[in-house]
Amino acid sequence: MADRPVIVLAGADEHDLTKLAAYRAVGGYDALAKARGMEPQAVIDELVASNLRGRGGAFFSTGKKASFIPADSPKPTYLTVNADESEPGTFKDREIMLRVPHRLLEGCLITAHAIRSRHVFIYIRGEYLEEFEVLRAALDEARAEKLLGDVTVVLHRGAGAYICGEETGLLESLEGKRGQPRSKPPFPAIQGLYASPTLINNVETMATVPPIIAMGGAKYAKIGAPPDSTGTRLFCVSGNIERGGNYELPMGMTIREVLFDLAGGVPGGRKLKALIPGGSSMPILTADEIDVPLEHDALRALDTFLGAAALIAIDDRCCMVQLGLRVAQFYMHESCGKCTPCREGTRWMVQILEKIEAGHAEQSELDLLLDVCDRILGHCLCPLGDAAAMPIASYVTKFRDEFQAHVDQGGCPFKGSSTLEHVFAPVNQHSHHPTVEVPA
Amino acid sequence: MTELADEIREVAAQYPESRSAILPALRLAQEHHDGWLPPEAFEEVGVALGLTPAYCESVASFYDMLHLRPVGRHMVEVCTNICCALRGAQAVVEAFESELGVRCGETTEDGAITLRAVECLGGCGWPTIVAVDDYHRRDVQAADVPAILEELRGG
Repeated sequence: MADRPVIVLAGADEHDLTKLAAYRAVGGYDALAKARGMEPQAVIDELVASNLRGRGGAFFSTGKKASFIPADSPKPTYLTVNADESEPGTFKDREIMLRVPHRLLEGCLITAHAIRSRHVFIYIRGEYLEEFEVLRAALDEARAEKLLGDVTVVLHRGAGAYICGEETGLLESLEGKRGQPRSKPPFPAIQGLYASPTLINNVETMATVPPIIAMGGAKYAKIGAPPDSTGTRLFCVSGNIERGGNYELPMGMTIREVLFDLAGGVPGGRKLKALIPGGSSMPILTADEIDVPLEHDALRALDTFLGAAALIAIDDRCCMVQLGLRVAQFYMHESCGKCTPCREGTRWMVQILEKIEAGHAEQSELDLLLDVCDRILGHCLCPLGDAAAMPIASYVTKFRDEFQAHVDQGGCPFKGSSTLEHVFAPVNQHSHHPTVEVPA
Repeated sequence: MTELADEIREVAAQYPESRSAILPALRLAQEHHDGWLPPEAFEEVGVALGLTPAYCESVASFYDMLHLRPVGRHMVEVCTNICCALRGAQAVVEAFESELGVRCGETTEDGAITLRAVECLGGCGWPTIVAVDDYHRRDVQAADVPAILEELRGG
């Protein structure tokens, strides 16, 4: 373990880094002083050299994105931090906020300097109350010590909407509207918050910036799986696993190593059936595909994504139709309703999956389900529709026999013994989602 | 000027445009109205921020944590998304339902506790996550349910 680099959570096991004095004692805010002594462009150059890619899931070069912010904007420029972590399977940003809040704030201040911004908004999901309180206390300390300089940092709490983790939905919400995504272009770097140049970065991305400035981009670029997947990630391990939790690891280890060598494997002598990488919106992997290294290109070769670095282990007790249904119910609940394919398609998916699970589906409806997925993919303003269609299509494709068995046997082959049997979905307790029947 | 309006204007001063304060304002209004947003709350928020009540209600209806119907004095929310569900969230839901005598989405007759199933609370590695008055409890199992309710009823 000792030879594995710990960067984002460095020092947090040994010290209570929520306190400013403790954070400064391990070199905290030194990188900020160093960055403020550099030209903004030089800070961006270091980020480009590190090849840090966005940790929210899009994996776009953080330095390059910062360079899109015009240096001579007549309008104010804004840094907005996406702390609306809501993708099922991910719980890393909350750990960063709870344990190294000052590293996040330091990263924000460095990045604000890099894009010549004096306004930082941290949009934190409403459900993260404890994290908000820890971050607020850290911000108060940093402000009292005059570390903010001429920058204002506003902590803005969301109020429960998955879609506000999508960057333009987040901006709409921050402007005081329903969090419905915008069409792009214009991109936020040109017209974002209040129609001004806006950089939007994930919490983990921001918390990685101070160590990069401290060690230098070139050194960071050697960690992990260069050239593309540099550095560490906080992998969120959950599901049917012995030791769930966040593991900060260099990119490039295999899924099998993380699940079985570090997280203790599948409990109770059960067999691993499937693994969802990235988060619930990602295409699933079968148990014989888990020798893949956790880095961008290798997962792309398997038609899936590293996403927000979730690893959801699923053992052999789980019915894949029920899994699909529960995932589809989530996206139906969270669809903002703006684009027809997503708003209607997620409902169709739920209804067809309910029929398959109940044993009432006809053969043609398996293909109808795939057709619905196909008609959502790429046809919406934001990725939420894709986030529903991609996983469901992958379950049908990779576990076709199990879906087929539901049709052939006129019911669930698990006969009531699946781990997801009768799981109650919140969409069923709300009255504002009218039920639309699938026409015969 | 009311106390609520003062609080809302203080929050709004943090933003370049006061409309940005609508979520914190609605949250403050909800706290002033026993945990939910009756029609007069939209009037109050609207007046404080220069928005129409209808606009305020349309925004509130988009967000799961803003309540358009009365709720209990305490809120118990069980995550039933896949990671918690794979590890027994349904048994936790059923334990709350049977102890409280209500179903998900309902409030106990004495107005003490509202029970809800909710989407992912972001604690997937520590199932099952239960939010009790917005603070998250980790690793909750069905057997823990009576103690949680006793704590709420005693407090």
